Amino acid sequence: MALLKSLSARKNDLSKPENQLAFLSNGIFKEGELPFFKDKIAKTGNYPLKPKKLEILQLNLGYMCNQVCSHCHVDAGPDRKEIMTKETMQQCLEVIKTTKAHTLDLTGGAPEMNPNFRWFVEEASKAGIKDFIVRSNLTIILANKKYHDLPEFFKKYNVHVVSSLPFYKKEKTDKQRGNGVFDKSIKALQMLNAVGYAQPETELKLDLVYNPAGAFLPTNQQALEQDFKTALKEDFDIDFDNLFAITNLPISRFLEFLIASENYEDYMYALVEAYNPAAVESVMCTNTISVSWDGWLYDCDFNQMLELKVDSKVQHISDYNEDLLNNREIRISQHCYGCTAGAGSSCQGSVA
Amino acid sequence: MAKTYYNPDDLRKFGEITEWSEELGNKFFDYYGKVFEEGALSAREKSLIALAVSHVVKCPYCIDAYTKDGLQRGITKEEMMEAVHAGAAIESGATLVHGVQMMNKYDKLSM
Repeated sequence: MALLKSLSARKNDLSKPENQLAFLSNGIFKEGELPFFKDKIAKTGNYPLKPKKLEILQLNLGYMCNQVCSHCHVDAGPDRKEIMTKETMQQCLEVIKTTKAHTLDLTGGAPEMNPNFRWFVEEASKAGIKDFIVRSNLTIILANKKYHDLPEFFKKYNVHVVSSLPFYKKEKTDKQRGNGVFDKSIKALQMLNAVGYAQPETELKLDLVYNPAGAFLPTNQQALEQDFKTALKEDFDIDFDNLFAITNLPISRFLEFLIASENYEDYMYALVEAYNPAAVESVMCTNTISVSWDGWLYDCDFNQMLELKVDSKVQHISDYNEDLLNNREIRISQHCYGCTAGAGSSCQGSVA
Repeated sequence: MAKTYYNPDDLRKFGEITEWSEELGNKFFDYYGKVFEEGALSAREKSLIALAVSHVVKCPYCIDAYTKDGLQRGITKEEMMEAVHAGAAIESGATLVHGVQMMNKYDKLSM
C-alpha cells in the first residue's frame, strides 16, 4: 500500500542509515544462517570488489518527489527538502565536461522538481554526452501545469527517458505507488509517444522500469518486456523501447515493508540462494559513480541512501578525480545481494 | 520437535532430502528442473498447472512456492484463481463421476 509520509517524516528508526546497516548485519547473518556478502563474494573470487571502466555518472538532484511509493529506496516524497543547489550543479557540470563516462543519468526523487532542473539539462547537454538519461516517475508530467510541456522539453534536448511502471495493470501499480498513479502514468506515456518517443521515425528513447510489487524477485526481463509490450499496446496503444527489470533492495521503505510483513528472512534467503557470480562481474557499482544532492560521491544510489561514501581520498564532487576514484575498493553490505541475484539487477536492468 | 506437522521454514530445506539418498534426490531435482523449463508448454503455463495441482494435492509448501513463482512471472491473481478452479473442478468431478458407480450398484442391487 502506498504511504503518506517518508520514514524521515515519520521519524522511523529505519530513516537512519546506521540502523538499516545494523539490521542487515544482525539476525540471520550474525547467527550464521546466511553468509555475509563479503564472505560470499570472496568464495567466488570477487573480493575485494573493484571498479572497472567508468561508464555512468549518476546524479541525484534531490529527494523531493510528488509520490510516496511504498518500495522507495530513496525514502523520497513531498516532505523531503534535500535538493541539489545550483552551486553543486555547477561543480557537476565541470565534471561532466571532462568525464570519460558515456552516460549521464539524472535521478531523484523527481529530478524535474529541482527548480534548476531545466537550466541544468540545457547546460549538461552541451557537453555532448552520448546517452543523457532522465529518470522520470511519469506522474510528474501531469502533477502541475508547469510540467505539462516536459515531453517537448525532453525531446528538445534528446533526453533518454527512463520511467517507472511497476506493472501493466492498474491495481498493482496503484497499490505500490498510490491511487491514480497508473492512469496518470498511462496518460504521460501517451504524451511521450505523441512527441515521438519510442516511435520508429525518431531516435528518442523511452525505456520502462519494472520492479516487483512485493517480496519476490523479478523474473526473466525479456519475458516481462514481451508481456508489457503486448498489454500496453493492446490496452492503451503505448510503445516503449526496453524494459529494465530491477530487484528491490532490502533498504529504506522496502526494508520496512519486509520487516512489517514478516517477509524479511524469506526474502534474504531468496536473494542469497539466487546469488550469481556472473552478475557480480557486471554489477553496476563497477561502472558507475553516484553523486548525491549535496555533492558527495558513492559507489551506487543504494550506498548513497545508506550514507556509505566512496572509500577514496576523493569523496566530494568539488575534488573529483576519476583516476583516483577508479582505484577505490567498493563498499559492500548485505543489501548488495539484491544486485547479484539471478540475472543481476542495476539501474539498467539485468546484467548477466 | 516442532508441535505442528508443517513448518514454512522447511520449504527452504527441501534440497536437503538428497543428504539421505543422494542419487535418488539428485535424479528427482534434475527431473524437476527439466520439467519446468520452456518446452512445448511455456514455463508460465507450467507454473499455473503446478499451482492448480498444488491445491488438488493440498501441499502448503507447493502453494507458497507457486504463488510466489506466479507473482514473479507477472501472472495475475485472476489467472491464479482460475487455475485453482480448474483443479477444483477436476477434483470435484472426480468425486461426482463416482456417482455413476453408485447409481450402477444401486440399480443392480434393486429389484
